[in-house]
Amino acid sequence: MSATHQPTYGTDRAPLSRGQTLARQALIAAMLAAVVGTFVYLGGWLTPHDLTPGKFADAFQAVDGVHPGFRRNHAKGVCVSGYFESNGNGVVLSKAAVFQPTKSQVVGRFSLSGGMPFQADKPGQIRGLGLQLTTMDGQVWRTAMVNLPVFPVNTPQAFYDRLLASVPDPATGKPDPAKMKAFLASHPETTAAIEIIKRHPPSPGFGDSEFHSLNAFVFTNAQGASTPVRWVLAPVQSAPAIEPTTQPARADDANYLFEGLIARVHRQPLQWHLMLIVGQAGDPTNDATLPWPDSRQQIDAGILTVDQVQSEDSSPTALLNFDPLVLPDGIAPSDDPLLSARSAAYSASFTRRSGEHKPPSAITPADADQSKS
Amino acid sequence: MPAPRIQFTMPMRVLHWLMAALVLSMLCIGVTMVASIGNYHVLVSLHRPLGIAILALACVRLATRIFSPLPPFPPTVPPRERLMATASECLMYTLLFAMPLIGWGMLSAARYPVAMFGSLRLPYILPHNAMLYWWLRQAHTVLAYLFFITFLAHFGAVLFHTLIVRDGLLLRMVPWRARSGSAASSNHEL
Repeated sequence: MSATHQPTYGTDRAPLSRGQTLARQALIAAMLAAVVGTFVYLGGWLTPHDLTPGKFADAFQAVDGVHPGFRRNHAKGVCVSGYFESNGNGVVLSKAAVFQPTKSQVVGRFSLSGGMPFQADKPGQIRGLGLQLTTMDGQVWRTAMVNLPVFPVNTPQAFYDRLLASVPDPATGKPDPAKMKAFLASHPETTAAIEIIKRHPPSPGFGDSEFHSLNAFVFTNAQGASTPVRWVLAPVQSAPAIEPTTQPARADDANYLFEGLIARVHRQPLQWHLMLIVGQAGDPTNDATLPWPDSRQQIDAGILTVDQVQSEDSSPTALLNFDPLVLPDGIAPSDDPLLSARSAAYSASFTRRSGEHKPPSAITPADADQSKS
Repeated sequence: MPAPRIQFTMPMRVLHWLMAALVLSMLCIGVTMVASIGNYHVLVSLHRPLGIAILALACVRLATRIFSPLPPFPPTVPPRERLMATASECLMYTLLFAMPLIGWGMLSAARYPVAMFGSLRLPYILPHNAMLYWWLRQAHTVLAYLFFITFLAHFGAVLFHTLIVRDGLLLRMVPWRARSGSAASSNHEL
């Protein structure tokens, strides 16, 4: 090829002086540094004191110890399965398929709060119920509820600070009461919420407990109308007379709440009504410590039936992360700041425990699994 | 005689800039969301469909790459540098496929619904297994850092050629037409 047809790349211009070269090298370095600096800033490394998802897991480990393989909160639990029969009443609020008059498959897990997988059951320990409802179209709704009418805190930072206030003092082995006193002094909403919680003492067992969504969600129906909603699972069955009441039957009955649940499910399925509480304009959706007025309309959307119980050791349900923001189309998060924080914190805990080898749970297959007849 | 090609084809150039913007966004979204509390949900909800979009575009890009004529390296790129450029190109194509597939795979192994937008959910592509999820999750992080470092090297090399060597290397990829011999005039004061 002749020279006139060869591609030229501009190398025939005047060469750069040493000063120009240095200046351009500095510019390149500055541009690369700006890119790295942006990345480092976004990843939070310049603000190490900011709250991150992993810090919640760290805080639970500080309070309750490290138990590899187990959830960092609600560590002790047993798995269940069943179904949800929707009666169609929920369609007015949400287009989610789960509210059509249909039956959804359900798996779930009853638990006690705290990071100790072998704690002794106590009536005052918060009870949890995680559920996964799967509709025929394959969409999934996960919810993680507790038996409290309101939540003791309304921000992720407050949750973290309250947790830290209960870290045992290495000298005494117990939390420093002054720390919790200081926390409560600066969080009047917690004191107010605890008063409400005290007015709703726990029922005798899992089967007769109410489970609350605590956070508000936004339901959108087929017409595009959105409504803030909280919900509660209201038990059909009341406390049986023959079951142990608030005191354990035997001093060494460390699993009496779970054993009570297992015995009941083996005899007869347990049922709850899913009551959707319809929020009105002005009802707080971003503060889980505040209840909605008792007069709010409640829509009975259907009946949850729990008919099988299984140990975590034999159920893949134990592997699920009951992230309350795994939602079907038709349900969306509200502006409650706890929701995104729960999703983030649960994900961090879930990742940690997934990489660990889990020893047998407190409730074993021998305790829980029903023999198939 | 037509002037020899100095640029990639227009489809390749469009895909390059489009995917560069998407990949950089994903690296930013990813590094932010894992440290985030309040923004976690909205970021992860964006992260999933953008990842699948990149996977789809990567398929188009690979097919385009295989069937497109390519411009030669300028004479200012010595053999060892050509080797490094080719290796990093290969690495980036690999990461463009590996990262979204690992993301899809890890959600599958954890049984997190692979939610895109609205009611669109992708199927699970791996069995339900916690340890498998954990390994894929670690791989996703490690390869993300690798992608970032590879991007820095790529960006640095292009800056070096554009500002120091001034051989018009960037013209190969600019989204407007640049022909041979036009480097001297189009690079203006560079």
